[in-house]
Amino acid sequence: MAVHHSAPKYAANEGVIDALSESISIWVVDAQEKHGEIIFIVQRDAIEDVLRTLRDDHKYQQLMEIAGADYPDRPERFEVVYMLLSLTKNHRIIVKCSTDEATPVPTVTTLWPNAGWLEREVFDMYGVTFAGNKDLRRILTDYGFEGHPFRKDFPMTGYTELRYSEEEKRVVYEPVELPQDMRTFDFLSPWEGSDYVLPGDEKADGAPDVDKPKVTETPADTGAGKQAEENAEEGTDAVPPDMVEVEIERDEKGGGA
Amino acid sequence: MQIQESPTTDGNVITNYTINFGPQHPAAHGVLRMVMELDGEVIERIDPHVGLLHRGTEKLIEQKTYLQALPYFDRLDYCSPLCQEHSYVLAIEKLLNLEVPERAQYLRVLFAELTRICNHMLNMGAHVLDVGAFTPNLWIMDLREDCMNFFERASGARMHSAWFRPGGVHQDVPEKLLVDIGDWLDNRFFQLFDDAMSLVIDNRIFKQRNVDIAVVSREDAVAWGFSGPMIRAAGIPWDLRKSQPYDVYDRMEFDIPVGTNSDCYDRFMVRVKEVRESAKIIRQCLRDMPEGPVASEDGKVSPPKRGEMKQSMESLIHHFKLYTEGFHVPEGEVYVATESPKGEFGVYLVSDGTNKPYRCKIRPTAFSHLQAMDMMSKGHMLPDATAILGAIDVVFGECDR
Repeated sequence: MAVHHSAPKYAANEGVIDALSESISIWVVDAQEKHGEIIFIVQRDAIEDVLRTLRDDHKYQQLMEIAGADYPDRPERFEVVYMLLSLTKNHRIIVKCSTDEATPVPTVTTLWPNAGWLEREVFDMYGVTFAGNKDLRRILTDYGFEGHPFRKDFPMTGYTELRYSEEEKRVVYEPVELPQDMRTFDFLSPWEGSDYVLPGDEKADGAPDVDKPKVTETPADTGAGKQAEENAEEGTDAVPPDMVEVEIERDEKGGGA
Repeated sequence: MQIQESPTTDGNVITNYTINFGPQHPAAHGVLRMVMELDGEVIERIDPHVGLLHRGTEKLIEQKTYLQALPYFDRLDYCSPLCQEHSYVLAIEKLLNLEVPERAQYLRVLFAELTRICNHMLNMGAHVLDVGAFTPNLWIMDLREDCMNFFERASGARMHSAWFRPGGVHQDVPEKLLVDIGDWLDNRFFQLFDDAMSLVIDNRIFKQRNVDIAVVSREDAVAWGFSGPMIRAAGIPWDLRKSQPYDVYDRMEFDIPVGTNSDCYDRFMVRVKEVRESAKIIRQCLRDMPEGPVASEDGKVSPPKRGEMKQSMESLIHHFKLYTEGFHVPEGEVYVATESPKGEFGVYLVSDGTNKPYRCKIRPTAFSHLQAMDMMSKGHMLPDATAILGAIDVVFGECDR
């Protein structure tokens, strides 16, 4: 596909997957190139070995970012995504592995000192644990916070809110109370024929069958057909009431203009 | 560690003590709490506590359409709003494979560089203020004010512009604004800036406070994930604008200033030089900018003009759809990083094919730098911590997200 966008241009991706796969292939589950990004999906337990090989043998010297992502439908719901940058080859790759709530991911603080905070953030936000990280404290959330806010099943509003209480002369935590409902709208083109029940429709008797599109193509639906055409031909003597009134008015004025 | 039988303590035993630096401290550049373990006045250990400004931006973005999420980026690093938007719109464009008109690319580069100047004005002012000088800050704040006025004339907002849009920029700028920016660079900016810098860069006190403070080796700078002026001060000529050019940076001629000693003074001087390079880029943009559209021609992404919307049914439909449902982005994931004034600002964008991002991870520049605070300050004196922090250039809107 021709490149039209003007996003950062780094060294070409051609042959990179093959070249890297040679040394890390035993750990690679999947390798792909999409949207100009090279993504390696690797076995969780081997993540440290993979990244060490990439750092030492393939000159991806910098770990720029570790991102978490939550896909609740998958058996292993969390993805841990490592962004690597090579200063000498001027190239970027993405390496990722997946895990669940219980299984820890091997730490990479042994490879890069800055992995410490990045792993702490993924732990804080998603609850993914990292085996070997000696300082796996929460980092961004409040002291004493419970839960992992970036999980998809964590509500946007959270569970607690805090305010300064004038009576107690301190900050108090209270359960969230919303004066109005959370405003989330569904803008996904319902009029093009949604394949799901619209919010509110489930309250109607017999929710509409969403798989069957509503059409008015048969005469029985529309009232059109031979009989209707015949009736139209015959016509009718009835005059619309408002037209009668208009005529009377004109007569009083002396017969129209 | 315990100091025993010190001549100054009358034979009493003194242990290390721990103090809180911040979270409300003018030199903490926002809400940073650092738990410092001190041995007398020497820093033994620093444990920075961040997250006091955490607003859950990434989670909020998951609930918004791609366009609605854009203004959140202004509010991350509120000192360089347009550079944050730049990463985000480029990430969307990469997923859409969307072509951006040339004039829009020039405008984006121009305003990204203006933002860089604006950001450095604040940072350098704050840095000299932190180490004891007062006057230069007042002078260069005035220049920052000028930048703000330019942003206002382009977008209507002084800080939170929301002016870069997927496919281009929101509105074209008036001709007079471009003339005024050129005029400002020629007749005002350097007079004030050079004056202010002449007070600090050769100043004995300023040098005493910065030279040889927090020296970081090249190897450490790479290993700790440094970027931007922090890695350049370590002598590594790494600039994403040069090595991984986006928009029209590949047509610009500019140099990458690097440091030799990798201390706080070098970091400051790299920024001073960068301001001059930014001015060079702005001049080239003003010289070469072509006429033409400023937003993508793809009507399924960029909304129709208001005039068209009033006349044409088709435009009205598109206008309505784009501002309610928003555009759909093809499934996939990208990591796009640009050179923000503070370093590499990246956006990892995961799309599931709908009108809202499935996941939007923001890579703040300050995270890696601040993490090295402990490594950099060990063995330095307590007042040096402010100089180190000033030279990192942290903003907590971005660090905590």
